[in-house]
Order: sequence, then structure tokens, then C-alpha cells
Amino acid sequence: MSRAVALHLGLIAALFAAQFVLPTYHQGNVARIMVLATYAIGYNVLFGYTGLLSLGHAMFFAAGLYGLALPIQHLGWGAGPALLSGVAAGALLALVVGLLALRTIGVAFMIVTLMFSQAFYLSVLLAGTWTRGDEGFVIPAAKQVLFGIDLATPTTRYFAALALFSLALLATLALVRHPFGKTLIAIRENEERARMLGYDTFRHKLGAVVISGAISAGAGAGFALLFGYAGATFASVQYSIFPLLWVLLGGAGTVIGPLIGTLFIFYLIDYASGLTDAYMAVVGVVLVALTLFAPQGIAGELRRRVWKGLP
Amino acid sequence: MTKTPTRRSALKTLAATTAAATTLPMWARYSQAQTSEPIRIGFQVHRTGIGAAYGRWYDRTSQAAVKLINEEGGINGRPVELVAEDDGTDPKRGAEVLEKFANQSNCDIAFGTLFSHVVIGSAPRAGELKLPYFVVSEGHHVASGMLNRYTLQPGITDVKSQVQAMAPFVNQNLGKKVTMIYPDFAFGHDHRDYFSAATEAAGGEIVAKIAIPPTETSFTKYFPQIPRDTEVIYHVMVGPAVLTFVKEMGEFFGPSRPEIFGFIDSLEAVDLASPGLEFLEGTYFWEGNPRYAQADQSEHDKFYRAAVGVDENGASVSDSKDISTYSHMFGCWETLFTIKAGMEAAGYTGPADRAKLIEAVEAMTDMPLSREHPQGAKVFNGKTHQVFGHQYITKVTDGKLILAHTTSIEDTLYPDETDYTTQSF
Amino acid sequence: MLAALEGAVTAAVLALTAIGLSLVFGVMRVVNVAHGEFYMLGAVIAWSVATSLGGHPAIGFAAALVIAPVVVGLLAAAADMTILKRINYDPERTIVATIGLLYIIQQVTLMTYGPEARPVEPPFNHRLALPWVEWGEQGLALYWPWGLSTTSYKLAVIGAAIVVLLGVWVMMTRTKIGLIMRATQLDRDMAQAFGIPVERVYAIVFGIGAGLAALGAVLIVPIQQAYYLMGADPLLLSFIVVIIGGLGSLPGTVLAALLIGMSDGIISVFFSPTLAKILATLLVALVLVFRPQGLFGTRAA
Repeated sequence: MSRAVALHLGLIAALFAAQFVLPTYHQGNVARIMVLATYAIGYNVLFGYTGLLSLGHAMFFAAGLYGLALPIQHLGWGAGPALLSGVAAGALLALVVGLLALRTIGVAFMIVTLMFSQAFYLSVLLAGTWTRGDEGFVIPAAKQVLFGIDLATPTTRYFAALALFSLALLATLALVRHPFGKTLIAIRENEERARMLGYDTFRHKLGAVVISGAISAGAGAGFALLFGYAGATFASVQYSIFPLLWVLLGGAGTVIGPLIGTLFIFYLIDYASGLTDAYMAVVGVVLVALTLFAPQGIAGELRRRVWKGLP
Repeated sequence: MTKTPTRRSALKTLAATTAAATTLPMWARYSQAQTSEPIRIGFQVHRTGIGAAYGRWYDRTSQAAVKLINEEGGINGRPVELVAEDDGTDPKRGAEVLEKFANQSNCDIAFGTLFSHVVIGSAPRAGELKLPYFVVSEGHHVASGMLNRYTLQPGITDVKSQVQAMAPFVNQNLGKKVTMIYPDFAFGHDHRDYFSAATEAAGGEIVAKIAIPPTETSFTKYFPQIPRDTEVIYHVMVGPAVLTFVKEMGEFFGPSRPEIFGFIDSLEAVDLASPGLEFLEGTYFWEGNPRYAQADQSEHDKFYRAAVGVDENGASVSDSKDISTYSHMFGCWETLFTIKAGMEAAGYTGPADRAKLIEAVEAMTDMPLSREHPQGAKVFNGKTHQVFGHQYITKVTDGKLILAHTTSIEDTLYPDETDYTTQSF
Repeated sequence: MLAALEGAVTAAVLALTAIGLSLVFGVMRVVNVAHGEFYMLGAVIAWSVATSLGGHPAIGFAAALVIAPVVVGLLAAAADMTILKRINYDPERTIVATIGLLYIIQQVTLMTYGPEARPVEPPFNHRLALPWVEWGEQGLALYWPWGLSTTSYKLAVIGAAIVVLLGVWVMMTRTKIGLIMRATQLDRDMAQAFGIPVERVYAIVFGIGAGLAALGAVLIVPIQQAYYLMGADPLLLSFIVVIIGGLGSLPGTVLAALLIGMSDGIISVFFSPTLAKILATLLVALVLVFRPQGLFGTRAA
């Protein structure tokens, strides 16, 4: 077992153990952070490893959210099949978006994903009869049950979030070590060379979009299931920018960066808002300071200064 | 420690007291809590985000109500403390804030917030945390049965009631052929559905429904869809672009406008004297609570205005350009006094009595016009957790909103859609 | 007819907001997320200047037209020298740093100016009604019904947009500073080698870009209102306009603004408004999918 694998299993074990020592409030927070970090992991597959900057990931997150919530609400599905339909909705959407958007690169890719996401957001509002638009709807507590386990208690929610997070974490670790993932990194470094070496870069990138979309959708479906609410806010543009921010702060192209970034931003806002009403300004100053003094994100700095082998 | 013999005994007592105060064991603090520890009310407020203009006035009104409650001896002899947290007008943060109230800052109950998506995003957590959650949102989400037994709306009438109570007046006095203009999301759809139904019942007709996309910032291009035989325009708009909307409507119609009836949401927190609004003279508005002090102003409204710091034109006493959200913020005041009444009826002593508090509020029915209820008399429905009260229709006269009609409480009633009292705690 | 006119006004507004970003993006190749906030600051300053001066609205407006762009431009140049220069204009770090800047500017505005949307009075405003010909009961009739009208100020905004765009075009093509900017845009290292103080050029470009955003805001704020969150929409729209137009291409930016403004106005005549927005958004996205370099861009961009 390599050190990287040990590190990841250690991280999961630490999060598992944390459940027993954290006060109730922080236990709830960490559960939420793990779900959002899963979203960030999904984003990182595309941005960190493949080098494609998307500004439209909220549509994948929201596709998972509604892919789970709508069948539960209107078709009376159980949580299990709904979870699968959420992930499938995200993957399918990612496939379609990828086929179109991957014709572009760089800033054009950013804008195309942004606009598709905006169209998705407006569609959610247009379908207000079913989605209740911006107001959203509540997933009944009776439906928050998976394999006979009630997911709406603090402990089960924590473990469900941990399971989701671990799955995504280990999946990306496996991806990075797989030849497919190594090709993605090669594409990030130099797409032209990867193509000359005989790789079908378009298909690799499309695969990355679909994997990224599916993980993001899994996070969205998990969020709706565990916290019992689906609303159009989660499809809005700010939810596309959040994962970018989390990943950049945590460290793009590192496996644990997304968790660190999400954790950091969450507690920064939570703590600063307790100190002052002007907490957004505090957050702003910290962001600026971090770009000045930790240019590669937190995990990126750790890799540079402490341990070069950090995956 | 000093050993001066003469003062020895005195100092000994003093030292013992000091030590007790600093290293006081937990049980001692809790035994004290029953008598003098403040009751902590978690206040979820829109400090940032699109709801900030409302949040500021919700904050001022709530602070004024709590100040008054404390001056008059608090609740059950205990002072009240508002623990305010910004929800960023975001449903995700809203839910987090409720968790913070329940698990971190030891609040007895939670209270506040306006925007429906924040309420709906937060309410499931209130149910799980078993934290009584009093909302001031005017949404129909509480009475529709979507939420849970821990969520109540005892301070403000919901949108379904407001809208259906308007239809008879509009159809009888302004015209039968109505064109509706509303934002294309849930709040606007509520207006569309409830007003259409009530208009048909009153013998009127909706000739066009114009839904405006929520991201829109210019509106002129939608107005040509208004049919020429329209007798009344019914408009409701929310968000920062409301003033543009109303101004462009004026530019569109020019001197030959049909009758216009609007929800004050289209101009809440906006000065009626703003440039471009002159055309509104002679048009009608729904108001939750009349912004301008009326000729027959009740002494209770006078008292409430003074306590919050609002002048007779509905603006801040310290800045006449700072217009209040007068049609909504009274809900904070009334809700806090309802909480006080509920806690006193339940003999509330601490979080163990939360269920008793809810049962006490559910048992409430009539709320007469009083200092605690300055907007008017109300009837609370314990089954649907929703309150119903008078609605006001005002007419713009010489640049002020003058009362033209007051609906009865019966106009706002509709059959129950749920019964929360059958849910267990 | 009215839709086309409204489309032209929307396009003018878009072009005015996008032109500053086009400059910054084109020359410096950095994504400035705080660009919308500079726009918002311009509008807020216009409000403060107009209210503190009093008198005829035109006086305050004229003063704001000068003061707002200068103040905002200086602020942006300062931000460039203290932050962006130090992170060496690294694309990713610039995004995080400008998000930070966005939070700071928004919060400061919220605490000083407040959360309300406040109006600024236009210097002049007349309702212009257009006549309408209709076959009525007495044969052909000419009348001025409600509806077909616009205001003189809106027409003036179209004019102002043309003047500003021409001004920028002249600056870029006919002046020395424009030449230096274009040189920097083409090849930063080469420009440096020729003795062009690239860092100072960047600070100037960043300042001018922000100043243009503020100028656009001052012109637009009498139609809309000054509001502390108003920066988000112009930011997204100007991004879209700039990319669709082709990076750093002024004619492209103008054409893209026209395309988006018009398509939005005209499609909304035929479909329900929200559906129209969705279709217009997808249409513009597909333009980019099938012409990734933008309308006027070159392949290498």
C-alpha cells in the first residue's frame, strides 16, 4: 500500500473518528461540508486534472438535486432509485453539454458552460409547476430513508455524507492512478503533444466531463436527500463559482484540496459572521491574502513545502 | 491572599464568592438559569443578498419590540435576548443558521426571515432539531402543509389570503377585464393562480397573463403584450429592479392609462416621490399595513411607529429618504408579542418546554387590535399554523397612499389544507 | 418596431458595460471578476454626487460623468498595483483575488450606501410617442395610443454609446498609448524588450477599463437604479459579449452586443418571456460552439 493510499484511508478514518468527538453543531457542519466537498471533487476532476475551467457546474449539481427530488415528489419513488436517477441525470446532461461545449477551449469553454447553466437555471423556473421554481420544495422526512436507515438523524446523516465523500475521494484517487487519468493530466499539460502521441483527446475530455458531471450530480442528489430541500438557488451562477473557489483555495489538482478548501471557506464565513456584520469584507481580505501568500492553494503549498509526493 | 486579622472574615467571604463566581460549577449556573438567564431568540435575518433592504427593517422592528418587552419585565420574568445571524438570503445558509441557533448558541427558539426559499430551505431542519421556528414570510408554504409542526406564521397573513381578498374590490370598482403582470417564479405564480381563481368567482376575466423572467432588468418590451381591451392592470414585482419596472410602465402608458392596481411589493422601500412615478396618481395598491399614517390612525399604530422610529410618511425618523418596508415588518413586532404570549401561557422555562410552547400558540384564536397587534385584529388558525387579518387597499392621492378600502378577515379565509396538530412532536 | 428599439437600447447598454472589460481582457488576458463591482461603484458614486450637489439634475449628472470614472479608475489602478501585479497576473490566482475584491467592495458599499435601490434623475427625459396607423371605422386613422413610445433619454444612451465606442476606437488606433497597448497585447515580452513599461501599461489599462465601466454605469443609472448587487448581471453579460465578439476586437464587441440585445428583444415577442430567455441564451451559446474564436476573433485566440 503506497503512502498516498494510506493517507486517504487515514483521512477517511479521521473523519470517521471525528463523529464521536465533535460537538453536535460541528458534526452537522462537517456532514454538510463533506457533501459540498464531494461537489468540489467532481469539479476538480475537470478543472484540476484536465485543465478545463467550467463556469456552469451548478447545472450538474442541480441536475442531481432535481433528478432525485422530482421522482420522489411526483412519482413517489424511494430514495435508492432516486439517488441513481439523480446521478444518471447529471451524467446524461454532462454528456450532451460536453459534446457541444468541448468544441471550444479556454475562455470560450467558460462562457459556453456558463450559458448552458443559465439556460438550465431558467428552465427550472419555467417548469415551476413541478419544481416550484426559486421557492423550491421540501422532501418529506418519510422519504429520507435508504436501506431502511433514517438519514435525518445527526449520526446517520454524518455517516451517509462520509460514505458519499469517501466514494468520490477513492474514485478520483483510482482515476488519477489509472492510465485514463494520467492521459487527462497529459492533456492538461500539453494537449497538442497528447494528441500527437495518438490519444483521442476529445474522447478523454468528454469522459472527464461526464465523470465530473456525475460526481457533482451525486453531491447534489446527496445534498437534497440529506438536507431535505430542493430549490432553484442551487442552479444559480454563484453555485457554479463556489466549487471553483473551493478548489482554487484548497489546491487544484490535489485529491484532498477540495475538502480543505470547502472546510476553510465554511468556517471562515461561520466564524467571521460571529465577529462582525462586515464578515464578507473579512472573507474578501483573506481571499486576497491567500492569493498573495499561498499561490497554489492550501494543499498545493503543502505539496510544495512539506511533502512533494502528495497526490 | 492577605491575612490581616481584622478584616479576615470579611475577606474570606469575599474570596469564597469570587471563587464561586469564576469556577462556578455548571449545575449552579443552570439552577440560576430558571430565574434570570435571558430567553434567547435566534433571529434569522437577511443582512446581505437580495433581501437586505427588507432585513434592515426587520432588524429595526424586532429590536424595538424586544426593547419594549424587556422594559416591561421580559417574558416570565426573564429578559429576552435576540441572537441575530445573517442568512445571506440563501436557503443553504438559512438552514446552517438554524443549526447554529439550536446547537451552538443555545437559543430557545428561532424567528425571522422573509424570502420563501430561505424559509422552505430552513424549515426541515427546524423540524429535525425540534426548534420552534416562527417565520414572517407571507408565503403560503406554512398553510399549504408543506412544512412541519415546528414552523408557524402567527404574525402576517399569507399571500393566498392577500390575493383572494383583493379580487372583489378590483372587479367591482376598477374593471372586469384584468391583465396580470408578475415575476415568473413561485411568488408570481401564487399571485397568478389565486387571483385568477378569485377573479372568476367574482365574475371578472383575466385577459392576459404576462410573466416576467426573474433575471430581467428592462421591461418595456413586455408591455406591448397587454391587450387593448384591458380595463385593469394588476402588477406585482419584487427585487431591486422594481422601480425600473414601475417607471417603464409609466413611460409606456403616458397620459392614457387603464386603471392600475398593484401590490406594494412593487414599491416596498421605494419613495413614492421618486422621479418617474408621477403617473401613479389615482392608482391603487394593496398594503399589508398603510405606509402613510391615515386620518383615522389607531393609537396603537401611533405607538408602534414611534417605537420603531418611523415617521408619518413611512420613512425613518432620522432620514426621510430611508423608506421602511411598512407592509411586511409589522409581522416581526406581532410575532414577537405572540411568542411572549405563548411562552407565558405555556409557563415556558427552557428547551424542554418547546412542545408546550407550540401547543400554547396553536390554542390561540382571536388577536384583537392592540399595542401587540398594531396592524389590526387577526384570527389564528392553530391547525394550519397561519394567521389571517385585515388587508388594506390604498389610493395614490397627492403623492400619498390614502386608505380606500379595508377588507374583512372573512375575505381572507379559505378551507384548511392541512392539520399540523395531528403530527407528533 | 418597439422591440427593435428596445433591443437597440439594450445593445447600447451592453456595449457600454462590455467595452471596459473588452479592453482589460484583450490587453491583459486576465479575468476580472470584480469588473461588475467597478460598474456598481460608478452608479453609486453617480447617486452620491447627484444628491449632494442638488440643483438641476443635469448639473449633478454632468459632475458624476467626470468624477465617477476618475475615482473608480484610480481605485482600480491602485488595486492592480497592490494585488494583481504582485501575483504576476497569474490567471487562476487573479480569479480568486478579484472574487475577494468583489466581496470587499460589496460589503463596503452595503455598509455605507445601504441595501436599497436608489434612483438617479436623468438630466432630461421626455416621453416620445410614436404615431400608429390603423384601419378604423372611419377609414385610415392616425393616432397616438398607449404603448408606442420611448423616452428621449433612452435615445441619448444609444448616442452616448456610439460616442464612447468611437472614443475608445480612436484611442486604440490613433494615439501613442493605444499603440503601446496593442503592442503589449500582441507580445508582452517583446514589448518589454522594446522598453515599454509593461507593468505601468497594465495598471493604466486596468484603470481605464474600470473607468469605462463606471462611465457606462453613470449613463445607464438614470434608466435603472444604483444598487449594491447590481454588478453581477453586467459582469456576466459583458463577459458573454466580449467572448462572442472575439477577444480584444472592438467591432466584434459591438456586433455581439447588437446580436444579444436584438435577439433578446425580438425572440421575446414570439415566445413566453422566460422561454424566450432560454432560447436566446442557447442561441448565443451555439454561436460560440460553432465559431469558438468569436465573431471577429482569430483562430489563435
